[in-house]
Amino acid sequence: MIVGAGPAGARAAERLVEAGLRPVVVDEARQSGGQIYRRQPRQFRRPPARLYGFEAKKATALHRMFDALVPRIDYRPETLAWNIYEGAIHLQRGTQSEALRFDALIIGSGATDRIMPLPGWTLPGVYSLGGAQIALKAQACAIGARPVFLGTGPLLYLVAYQYAGAGAPPAAVLDISPFSRRLAALPSLSARPSMLAKGLYYSAWLAAHRIPMLSSITPLSIEGEGRVKGVRFRDARGNERKIAGDAVGLGYGLRSETQLADLARADFAFDSLSRQFLPVTDEDGRSSVPGIYLAGDGARIAGADAAELAGRLAACAVLADLGRSVPAAETATLRRRLARLARFRAGLERAFPWPAHLAASLPDETLVCRCEAITAGEIRRAASALGAPEVNRAKALVRAGMGRCQGRYCGLAGAEVLAAARGVPLGEVGRLRGQAPVKPLPVAIESVAS
Amino acid sequence: MRAYDRKENGDWTAPADEWFVPFMSAGVGGLFRRLDERARAPVHITVDGAPVTALAGDTLLVALLTAGANLRESEFGDGKRAGFCLMGACQDCWVSTESGERLRACSTEIAEGMSILTTHRPWLAPAS
Repeated sequence: MIVGAGPAGARAAERLVEAGLRPVVVDEARQSGGQIYRRQPRQFRRPPARLYGFEAKKATALHRMFDALVPRIDYRPETLAWNIYEGAIHLQRGTQSEALRFDALIIGSGATDRIMPLPGWTLPGVYSLGGAQIALKAQACAIGARPVFLGTGPLLYLVAYQYAGAGAPPAAVLDISPFSRRLAALPSLSARPSMLAKGLYYSAWLAAHRIPMLSSITPLSIEGEGRVKGVRFRDARGNERKIAGDAVGLGYGLRSETQLADLARADFAFDSLSRQFLPVTDEDGRSSVPGIYLAGDGARIAGADAAELAGRLAACAVLADLGRSVPAAETATLRRRLARLARFRAGLERAFPWPAHLAASLPDETLVCRCEAITAGEIRRAASALGAPEVNRAKALVRAGMGRCQGRYCGLAGAEVLAAARGVPLGEVGRLRGQAPVKPLPVAIESVAS
Repeated sequence: MRAYDRKENGDWTAPADEWFVPFMSAGVGGLFRRLDERARAPVHITVDGAPVTALAGDTLLVALLTAGANLRESEFGDGKRAGFCLMGACQDCWVSTESGERLRACSTEIAEGMSILTTHRPWLAPAS
């Protein structure tokens, strides 16, 4: 049983099929590929090179492999895995829900953008960087004629580059991280020379095309009434400036989608590098719960190439645990290649650090939880007047993270606000517990026997 | 209108009292801009009773935001919303059909004849 048909899930399925198994592959999307290699709808005609740039070969290879695999697996697209309970996984498609028992479950749940809120981030026209990229890749649309890209991370420059190339030149690229951090991270980043070269190429291209790029900025607010008008920020020298734009792409790296691992009762531990709680796994992807395996960005952010390797490695672990033989050389090679990618990943975290410090200075009126419209001030009230020692208590008291997205977009920032208000390290305020259903289900839903 | 370029002193932002609008078209009409793939078949839907023509293969979110500037009103009175993540994770883009069905706009493909409501919901009005 595999959840997700992105790079991790697809490669895991491939390895299980090679061993003569017929896995069930559940995926929310209509077509395989995950977010990174998301496909355009069938009515679209752009060639892969236009959609995926330098990654077109990898995307096409993954798509072809999975399409060839479909007759040999039980593939269930447009299906949500919404709970894991007592050895069964609960699936919803349309208005039907079904519980399937499994011997082994590989979760390749992927990632979302990691967001630090700022005043105005709920205005129409503000999208996550990943969302801005999906608009372009899957729908041939720009989020605006003149978007501002704000945040940090490699995706900031990639999306800006893709927008400029597609005919929506960014008004500016505003990076909160200092340029010096990127220089200092060069030794680790050189673990993957081709990835480093691509990153440098995107920013050099943007510079050559006179797209304004600023580092070390402090975001202040997104302005506008009913829609985005521009961004206010402080530059590296501390001067307040503003730039007009009709849309904003916002993101500070990625966060793992860990709800299913949580519902499967896997142990989590605080990861100080990424400043988030992550499920504990061994190097092959085994969680603390027998029969539950994690692979790809859903376990730990490492990118698409690492996810392909981790998917295959988790499948090898499943096979070994089911008593089938797996060549020792295969797992050794996969582990070695993954270790090199991990070094690069650590470099990225240092080059583009999550701006934890911004949480403490968010104005009280800033909406942190966009689902329930809960402000930073209310979270601080939970921390002080109401005495909430950790995030689940704060959620119970002021509803921060209680909305439909289940804290995907406010959870990490809300924890930073709470920790800063209490003056304790982030690890002490805990993590939001996952709740079933992990996403909204229709009210009228029919249970079917399997 | 100001030329879009870096000025001599290296300051490319507008003076503090003025928003520099780079394109005349920015900030009016639909939120999203189609950049390519315009040769698809038209699909007709209605939005709050008004006819909207979208293109086959559009998500409901793209159909609504190439024609308009938002998807819904926040339940908490903090203004209009227009989605955020576009990947089915944030749950900010749920809209209603006239028959009362709820649809997540970013993950729903449009179909001919859909009737979408972004503002009033008649079935929530008190019985007269």
